[in-house]
Amino acid sequence: MTDTAVNTGEAVVFWICSVLAVAGALGMVLSRKAVHSALWIALTMINLAILYVANSAPFLGMVQVIVYTGAVMMLFLFVLMVVGVDSSDSLIETIKGQRLAALILGIGLAGLLVWGIANGLTETSTVGLDAANAADGGNVEGIAHLIFTKYLLAFELTSALLITAAMGAMVLAHREHWTSKATQKDLSVERFHRDEHPGNLPNPGVYARHNAVDTPALLPDGTPLEESIPAPVRARSDARPVDHADVREVHEITEGKGE
Amino acid sequence: MTELMPAEGVFSLIWVLIALPLVGAAILLLGGRRTNKWGPYLAILTVSAAAVIGVLMLLGMMQDSAEQRTYGQTLFTWVFAGSFQADMAFQLDQLSICFVLLITIVGALIHVYSLGYMEHDENKRKFFGMLNLFVAAMLLLVLANNYLLLYVGWEGVGLASYLLISFWQHKDSAAQAGKKAFIINRVGDVGLSLAIMLLFVTFGTVSFQDVFGAADKASEGTLTAIGLLLLLAACGKSAQFPLQAWLLDAMEGPTPVSALIHAATMVTAGVYLIVRSNVIFTAAEWAAVAVICVGLITMWMGAIIGSAKDDIKKSLAGSTMSQIGYMITAAGLGPIGYVFAIFHLLMHGIFKAGLFLGAGSVMHGMKDNVNMRRYGALRALMVLTSTTFIICYLAIIGIPPFDGFFSKDDIIHASFERSPIIGILAMLAAGLTGFYMTRMVAMTFFGKARWEDDVHPHESPKVMTIPLVILAIGATIGGMSLVYWGNIESWLEPVVGIKTVELPLPSWVYELTTLVLVLIGAGFAWLTYARREVPVEAPHGNLLTRAAREELYGNHVNDALVVAPSFWLSRVLVWFDNKAVDGFVNGSAAFVGGLSGRMRRYQTGFARSYALSMVGGAVLVVLALVLVRVS
Amino acid sequence: MNPSNYVVLSALLFSIGTIGVLVRRNAIVVFMSVELMLNAANLAFVAFARMNGNLDGQVVAFFVMVVAASEVVVGLAIILTIFRTRRSASIDEPNLLKY
Repeated sequence: MTDTAVNTGEAVVFWICSVLAVAGALGMVLSRKAVHSALWIALTMINLAILYVANSAPFLGMVQVIVYTGAVMMLFLFVLMVVGVDSSDSLIETIKGQRLAALILGIGLAGLLVWGIANGLTETSTVGLDAANAADGGNVEGIAHLIFTKYLLAFELTSALLITAAMGAMVLAHREHWTSKATQKDLSVERFHRDEHPGNLPNPGVYARHNAVDTPALLPDGTPLEESIPAPVRARSDARPVDHADVREVHEITEGKGE
Repeated sequence: MTELMPAEGVFSLIWVLIALPLVGAAILLLGGRRTNKWGPYLAILTVSAAAVIGVLMLLGMMQDSAEQRTYGQTLFTWVFAGSFQADMAFQLDQLSICFVLLITIVGALIHVYSLGYMEHDENKRKFFGMLNLFVAAMLLLVLANNYLLLYVGWEGVGLASYLLISFWQHKDSAAQAGKKAFIINRVGDVGLSLAIMLLFVTFGTVSFQDVFGAADKASEGTLTAIGLLLLLAACGKSAQFPLQAWLLDAMEGPTPVSALIHAATMVTAGVYLIVRSNVIFTAAEWAAVAVICVGLITMWMGAIIGSAKDDIKKSLAGSTMSQIGYMITAAGLGPIGYVFAIFHLLMHGIFKAGLFLGAGSVMHGMKDNVNMRRYGALRALMVLTSTTFIICYLAIIGIPPFDGFFSKDDIIHASFERSPIIGILAMLAAGLTGFYMTRMVAMTFFGKARWEDDVHPHESPKVMTIPLVILAIGATIGGMSLVYWGNIESWLEPVVGIKTVELPLPSWVYELTTLVLVLIGAGFAWLTYARREVPVEAPHGNLLTRAAREELYGNHVNDALVVAPSFWLSRVLVWFDNKAVDGFVNGSAAFVGGLSGRMRRYQTGFARSYALSMVGGAVLVVLALVLVRVS
Repeated sequence: MNPSNYVVLSALLFSIGTIGVLVRRNAIVVFMSVELMLNAANLAFVAFARMNGNLDGQVVAFFVMVVAASEVVVGLAIILTIFRTRRSASIDEPNLLKY
């Protein structure tokens, strides 16, 4: 993109993306449901990726989208799924003074950092990355050059770290089976010992007479099947009464008459 | 200064004099029960051998001319620190040989006596060991050639005295008496150590030869200070006022101890110190005056106390105090008195030892009862004891031709020469001496028998009576022989100097007056105690009698001035230790405990609280960084 | 417009992430706030790389991403394990290590 001077295009991009990023961050912190927080932070991350690209770091921007937003946030969502999609925080703060102190400290930290940055960075000039990107023939090549020469040790160490992390996660998430897995024979024996229906239940629609969910299905002998009506509807006693035309139709089918 | 002769011939055995009883003490005290059987005999042997060597040395000295009788023997350099040097070295001259003979001969006799007196005591061996230790220390004291070595002997006799007074440790009164003696002695010892320090500061040395040679170069003020400090030391050791309170309590020890240590030898160490330092006292006028005052006061105190005590040993102790008062007075009179002080010391050593051993013999026959009100009419039953006792009694009150007459009258003459007041006081005290000694003899040996029911008085065995006889013989012929046969004045003159006594009246006037006073006192006592009935229960008595029974309130004064403040001080310190020191320590522990109790509440277990404090810290760090950079 | 604006943005996002860590009780949301802080740091690195004219900043940001990814993996596995035992994902729940 642009290097030494910041042109208006980049300024526009900056302002839009930074506002959205901050909005996403605030949304993450303030949402009640955890899933919403995950979605908000995904928004922030995508905006950050755009900002990386605007800063002559296209590789990093793509990596941000793929790895961070794609992999890491999806990982978060998976865990949220296991933990409880519905999980939400109560609004009451149990530790006294925590919210107030956090607010003060956070705002104080922001103020201090911004003040320090403003004081320190106003007169600096920007060199820009055109030369650096062109030196090795592109941004990716430039980063690769650095990783495999200057930062080789860090690269090797982080790769070891990744392997360790993966193994660690496997170990931690592993569930030990204390009993042997039930075989098909065990399952069927157990099914037959229960007094309920031992065989497969019929597929939905086999005995149905109507699309509506409150119309009961009719068994071959013409009696209505209670389980075909959803439990809440049953509980509300909203089931439709049986239509006699349907009963006659069933008798005809079972006696072999009709089309 | 007399030159020191090299110690050759018999004089090379000077160190053996000390070594013999010291080895005896070591063997007996360290050897344990193995030495029980033959221990006492070894002790007698060592002291007797020392006596024999002493006599040989005397004979050797008598062969020499008067200027050549000072022998010096150096064993090794003991203290060598910068400019200060003190050697383990001895000096034997006319003065020390007198003491050596007194200590060893009387000591040997008392050792023999103790064989009989302590026969049934199970700790007999330890007793003899300690007696030997005492003899060794006393010999070291008189043979030392410098003040520091003298101090070692000084302390040694103090130690031996303490051990022997509280010999019967199971008796609480004996243990208390030993402590009292040691502590009061210690006050005197402070005087001696300060004197030694002052001597070193003034003269740069503490050896007798060098100090006395350079004495005229020091200022009179310094010499007076040294003299007063030496007087303090002498008061402690010789039981003079104001450090006299321990002597009567010291009678808790066995009678041989009272005879040897608290009559003949240790208590005379103070007199030795003053006479040895005669050069200093002659040069320091006021110190000598102080010596005279102390001597006079004690002379009278001892006599008054001795007149009222019913305990025979305590009465004899009061008498000892008084006689040493005589010696100290004589020593304070200057060159006219030094010789007579030593003369009286030697005579007193003989007859007082005889009196104490006789008292011990009486106690032995009366089942260890010391109360004279329970004696009476013992003369017929204890013939030898009473005869020797009466001979020594005649010696002490000063009846010619017995010992005390010569020595005491010489002191009275010298006192008159100095000042009539001192003379009259000394003379009247002699009369009082006659009174209380006659009282003692009358109550014990004459009058009616006032014995308790189960007491059967009997004569003591020969091992106890033979020393009595020897001492009585000494009390008879000693004085005469030292005046007419071998003149003690000329013998001691090279050491202490002598000035002839010039009296306004002829000397026989004073002697007669003294004799008359003595007989008046004796007669009065005889009438009161031999002719009249002696009540078994002590009568209430007049004010003076009651005061004398309380030892003239000496103990009460000590308690009020020293003991009570010490207890108060220790209570204050204990309070301070408990409240302040313990309070501080416990308080800081409580503080830490309280603080930790408060602080552990910060560990709430909530990760968010910890995160909050972390962020707080981070904000502070950032603030510091930004402030430093920006401003 | 100054490239240092990016750094200011990064500071803002970092602070918001801090507040999120301190205020939220759900462990996973706290984790997400930590991720936000890391992202803010990455943005700062990239901005500085541009300002200094070399790619070292971008390389460091790359490594931060790698480490953050592995950290998320292990962290979420831990949260899962705790959730299985305690049936709760609140970080106030495990508070037994106290006075």
